[in-house]
Parts: sequence; structure tokens; C-alpha cells
Amino acid sequence: MWKWLHPYAKTERCYALCQRLLPWFSVLGLVSLVIGCVWGLAFAPSDYQQGDSYRIIFIHVPSAILSKAMYSGMAAAAFIGLVWQVKTAFMAMIAMAPIGAMVTFVSLITGAAWGKPMWGTWWEWDARLTSQLILLFLFLGVIALYKSFNDVQQAGKAAGVMALVGIINLPIIHYSVEWWNTLHQGATILKMGKPSMPPDMLQPLLFCIVSWMLVCAAIFLLALQNEILRRDIRRPWVIHLVKGKNIGTAQLGSTSRGQI
Amino acid sequence: MSAIRALLYREFALAYRQRSELLQPLIFFVMVISLFPLAVGPAPQTLQMIGPGVIWVAAILSSLMGLERMFRDDYHDGSLEQLLISSRSLSLLSLTKVLAHWLSSIVPLIVLSPLLALFLHLSVEMYWALLATLLLGTPVISLVGAIAVGLTVGLSRGGVLLALLLVPVFIPLLIFATSAVNAAAMQLPYTGHLAIIAAMLLLALALAPFAIAYALRVSLS
Repeated sequence: MWKWLHPYAKTERCYALCQRLLPWFSVLGLVSLVIGCVWGLAFAPSDYQQGDSYRIIFIHVPSAILSKAMYSGMAAAAFIGLVWQVKTAFMAMIAMAPIGAMVTFVSLITGAAWGKPMWGTWWEWDARLTSQLILLFLFLGVIALYKSFNDVQQAGKAAGVMALVGIINLPIIHYSVEWWNTLHQGATILKMGKPSMPPDMLQPLLFCIVSWMLVCAAIFLLALQNEILRRDIRRPWVIHLVKGKNIGTAQLGSTSRGQI
Repeated sequence: MSAIRALLYREFALAYRQRSELLQPLIFFVMVISLFPLAVGPAPQTLQMIGPGVIWVAAILSSLMGLERMFRDDYHDGSLEQLLISSRSLSLLSLTKVLAHWLSSIVPLIVLSPLLALFLHLSVEMYWALLATLLLGTPVISLVGAIAVGLTVGLSRGGVLLALLLVPVFIPLLIFATSAVNAAAMQLPYTGHLAIIAAMLLLALALAPFAIAYALRVSLS
């Protein structure tokens, strides 16, 4: 059933797949990001209660959604790596971790900026803010654990175990802080029945969410390519790749420069 | 069964002979708690309000200090490798080690808790709730902590990293434990909180041994 997946355990096949997918995700992502931001920030109607300051939603909500998605993706990659011993899955895992930490950080910052005019405070120990902060800690823990090993194989497995511990804990954390304290507004998009948001606000928001997904996928592909090159730096196919492009090091990212 | 009994005996003998190392986290626990009245003022009402939280935070921090002891010495003198190559299931053996660790370094902390409850002016109801949460919650710390200890045992400086990994994981435990004590302070029933902590304990008991065994295998590979 999963046979089509097996070839991608080979790093060069995985690299080539990334290379093939990258233009689609990056071009579509950037174009839709520009359209979504302009649509949301300039053309969507302002809110009757929150005025124009609600517009940060077009950055805040996609980043918050992506942060959870990135953690799930990271844990799924860790699971695949641990169960089926797929080497590239660990590379994908560690490529996703910094991106996830970044979007989590963005959602916290934009949340703080939104909280100031709405709740009158930069930070409130509200359930969603707290669980987002803990999510950031979990990302940082996985990255820190990975970085502290010298051997990348060991590092991948160890960080993978920690990512799985985190994903089991994530719902527990979510509900514990939910019962603990709640100030944040409830779900507005995915409500049963009708979303409690007018369509001319919802459409640009959904557009922004999709564009963030595409952009994050593009960054992930680049990060995965970098990780593959960093690990396989001495293997023939990488040397061939670099030489074949007439030392096109600019495309390989700064990390591989000078080490060949 | 005999292997497990032998392992338990060995752990207790080691713990008894390294008493000073066992005492250090305990003294740290008492010291951290005695800092709070000095920092926030000695008013009984304030202390009673922050008391459960302070005791739980101090318990988590001091158990983090003691956790490293679980596998570190065994890793350095090679007996961990002996466990790994033994014919018994590694998850069962690591569960035994966790049990020994809990009994030798966390139970003294629980025994000490009435004194600390006195320090922080907890009422009798609050103390019973605190005791119940400590009895149910601290095994979770040992079980989940052992996974991270297993992962970091091969690293030269794992101490701070261990805290970094584990503190976010223990947050739900902290929340439910302290809210149980706060409910007890208001004479409200707190069995619901205890049930959730017990559920966490059962989940950890079911899954953690396998994760610990895997973590040890990764560290020793």
C-alpha cells in the first residue's frame, strides 16, 4: 500500500522530488500571499466592533493554524522515521521544527499586538495564548535535543521520541489550560452549521490560510533540501550536482558553501 | 521475577549508600519553599493562596534535579549495557528502575510535605488534597521524566536540557494538581481533578516503559 513511498527514503530521490515541487509551492504561495494580504488588509470590510485592528486576523489565524499543523507534521514524520526506519523522515522532521517554532512565534507576537487594543493588555494568561506558548517550548525542546547530539542518526531518533511525547501531551495541555482559564474568543470559522463571520471577511481569511500553507510548504522543501545536502555533502551525487551546475552554490544555500 | 527483585534490591542498596546525593534534591525542595515567604511576605493568607502552587513547582524542580541520577551512573559504569543485553524485557526492567527511583527519591519528598504545608499555612483539607495529588502525580513525573533522562543520558551536559524538555510536558499535571488543592480550599469536591491525574498516570504507565526502553537503546547505540 505504501510502496510508492519507499523510493523517497533515498535522499537523492527525495531531493529531486523537492526540486520538482518547489517552484509550484513557492510561486503559488507567494502570489496567493500577496493577493491574500492585499485583499484582507485593504479591501475586506472593517469590523463593526473591532474596527480596523481586527485585520491582524489575516496573519494571526493562519500562523496559529500552521503552528499546530507543523507540530502534527513533525510528529508524523517522527513516527514514520521511528516505525519504518526511514532516514529521510527524520530529516523532514528536523526541517519542520524551526519553521513550526517560527510560525508559533509569529502567532504569539501578532496575538499580543491584537490583544493590546482589544483586551487592553499585551499578554494575558489566557488558555489559547498559554497553550501556544507551551507549543513554542515544545518546538524549542525538540530543536535543542536534536542539536545537542553529535551523531545525526541518534539525534533524529531522540528528537523523534520527544516529538511524539509532545504530540500525546498536546491535547492534554490544550484541555488543561482550557479549563484553567479562558478569555480568547471561541472558534469562528469551523463552527457547526454557519460560520459566525461574514463571507467577505471569511473569504480573504481562508485565502490567507491556504497561501500560508503553500509558503510554509515551500520553506519546508527548501529546508529539507538543505538538510539532505548537509548530510550527504561527501556523497558522489551531491558533488556531481554541484559540479554539474558549474558551482551553482548560490542555489544550494549558504550552509554547503565552503565545505565542498 | 527474580531479575526484577535483584534489580530492586540493587537500586535500594545503591540509594542507601548514596544517601547524600538523595538528600540534595530534598534539601533544595525545602529551601526553595522557604524562599517564598521571604520573597512575597509572611502573611498567612498570601502563603495559603500560593502554597499549593509553590509546593508543586518546587516538587517538579527538585525531582528534575534528582531524575538524572536514574540512569547516569549506570550509563557510566556500564551496568546499563548489562540491562540492555539481558534476556528480560527492557521495558519491564526500566519500569522497575523508575519504581525504585520513585520510592527512593520522591517518596521522602512526600513524607516531608506535612512540614511544608505547615510552613505555608495550608488548611487540613488542602493538605489531604495536596497529598493525594502528590501521590498520584509524582509517579507521572518519574515515568515521563525517565524517557527524557534515557534520551539525554549519553550527553555530557544533559541537566539544563532535561529541564527544557520536561517542564512543558509537566504543565497539565501542575494545573490539575494545584486546582485540586484550590478546590479543596473552597470545600469543593476535587475527585474529578484526581481522576484526571490518575488517568494521566495510567496513560504514562502504559506507554512510558516502551518509550524509556527505546530511548535507552538509542542512547546506547
